[in-house]
Amino acid sequence: MTIIVKPEKPWASSPKQRAISAGIIVLALMSTYLVVLLTPMKGKLAYGLVFFLLFILFDFIYHTRLYGFRSGKDAIARGVVASGIVFATLPIFSILITVFIRGRRGLYWGLFSNDMKANSVNDPLNQGGLVHALTGTFILVTIALIISLPIGILTALYLTEIRGRFSGPIKFLVQAMSGVPSIVAGLFILAAIVYPITKSYSGFMGSLALTILMIPTIARTSEEVLLLIPGELREAGLALGGTQWRTVAMVVVPAAKSGLVTAVILGIARVAGETAPIILLTGGGDRVNPNPFNGPMGSLPFYIWKSFSVGTEESVTRAWAGIFVLLMIVLVLFVSARFLSERGKS
Amino acid sequence: MTEPTENGIENMETAPLTSSLASVAESAKAQREIATHSMGVGLEARGIHAWFGQKHVLQDVSLDFWSGTVTALIGPSGCGKSTFIRTLNRMHEFIPGAAMAGDVLLDGVDIYAPGTDVTKIRLKVGMVFQKPNPFPSMTIAENVLAGLKLAQLKIENRDDLMQECLERAGLWSEVKDRLDAYGGSLSGGQQQRLCIARALAVRPEVLLMDEPCSALDPGSTLKIEETISHLSTSMTIIIVTHNMQQAARVSDYTAFFLSDDGPGAMIEVGPTDQIFSRPKDNRTENYVTGRFG
Repeated sequence: MTIIVKPEKPWASSPKQRAISAGIIVLALMSTYLVVLLTPMKGKLAYGLVFFLLFILFDFIYHTRLYGFRSGKDAIARGVVASGIVFATLPIFSILITVFIRGRRGLYWGLFSNDMKANSVNDPLNQGGLVHALTGTFILVTIALIISLPIGILTALYLTEIRGRFSGPIKFLVQAMSGVPSIVAGLFILAAIVYPITKSYSGFMGSLALTILMIPTIARTSEEVLLLIPGELREAGLALGGTQWRTVAMVVVPAAKSGLVTAVILGIARVAGETAPIILLTGGGDRVNPNPFNGPMGSLPFYIWKSFSVGTEESVTRAWAGIFVLLMIVLVLFVSARFLSERGKS
Repeated sequence: MTEPTENGIENMETAPLTSSLASVAESAKAQREIATHSMGVGLEARGIHAWFGQKHVLQDVSLDFWSGTVTALIGPSGCGKSTFIRTLNRMHEFIPGAAMAGDVLLDGVDIYAPGTDVTKIRLKVGMVFQKPNPFPSMTIAENVLAGLKLAQLKIENRDDLMQECLERAGLWSEVKDRLDAYGGSLSGGQQQRLCIARALAVRPEVLLMDEPCSALDPGSTLKIEETISHLSTSMTIIIVTHNMQQAARVSDYTAFFLSDDGPGAMIEVGPTDQIFSRPKDNRTENYVTGRFG
């Protein structure tokens, strides 16, 4: 007779233990309510803080009584870490929810089929749209990407593959560059190119400022990815009679491909919402302008900034709706970066 | 031994070792006698020294490698064996701070002569590394032919060459149905044989093997040793190994390296059966009998 053995997880917490954990949370919630009621503390912050402390205290007492002091200390650490996660992610959800609630009335499908050439930001919310801003942002970021991608990846290759005499200083400069405030990049283009040479705003000038911000992000992320490629692969390529360039192009870069894609997406996400240099350099614009070299070019950050500064109910709602669209674009980019890098690992 | 060999079952303990190793070496040699010395000296190392920064790691090694023979380099860890074979295909120079002195002659031409095309040298002197390192972004088939692409060699019939190399490396029957799978999907022993096939595809005259079996199980080790025996009829093979049974089984000549607190040096070289049965230097005898190292 065969005995059928079912897979079990003897280490999983039993329903009873889960009930006790839930009981501790309920107890902490009730005590929090009482404490806030009986003391002069007021507001959400007080509730949050008191609950946090009480939950850790009760959990500590429970574990200490059951398994001893060591286990109690472990429970404290666990509680602090878990609360850290809550406090770190709370603002993100708070922002997403706030943006959605405030911009909800401004969201309609016409946003993706109209621009603002015939409308003012004070018009009813079912008129006008974001097409000029979306195409503008798309053009600005695409040009910035076309310039930054080769420069950023070649810089990373210099730092990891060639390791020349200037690697140290260049690495330092790239790190310093990634800390450059975006308005400085904008002012630099303004002072170095717009005033002395072109004398007019255009999308291309905005792209140049974004390039300054994008290069260090791409270079640093790519460098980290390339450093993860084992030296044995480079040796194998060289030992097979490849030149260094062939080895890098055929072995190292393909092995790092998914990571390099992530680097590019992070670079895009970094600049897509940049506002300061855009305000300084692109000139805004309310109609779709496909020519980055001539005439003002709209963009999402500019549209948001302009709508907010008008200050009427309609314009502010439009700004929130614009923020929501921008956030969604950046969110999609981050999620796809994450997805691609996860897939690269398996 | 200072370093555990991976083949636990092949670790030996005491004195009868010498005779058993010698008999292994003799029977192995008898099977391959025909090939030995048939093609003259292919690779000569003359007075090789090597440094890493200020540290002198290898002193005055001179060694001839006959075409169609297998030479094993044995000795404790850190005695300069790997450094030595890396000077033979100019991989030594990739280590930051590396320096060397001496000549390496391939078919009578110094590979360190000014103006030498290093990539051509490495096509003639192939290498298999300690850790299997197939290219992760390539399939099995692409891995075998990677050397051709890297060196930009033109070839008529890629599929025939690929099959031939995989057969010579003893891997064809195991992978012929999944040539489009990625190299990383193979087991460690298969990956190492894939790396051998990859090294063979550019038709080297000499194959350097730096402890090719140290990361493998006994079964895979055996297969690689069979591969080495097959290959030795047509090319020069130099193998670094910590496994003395392996040296006895596969090699025609054995060189013993040792570092006595100073730079590593070659203590003794000779036919494998002689090194394991009647070594001239008592340090060699102590090492091959397992009294130290």
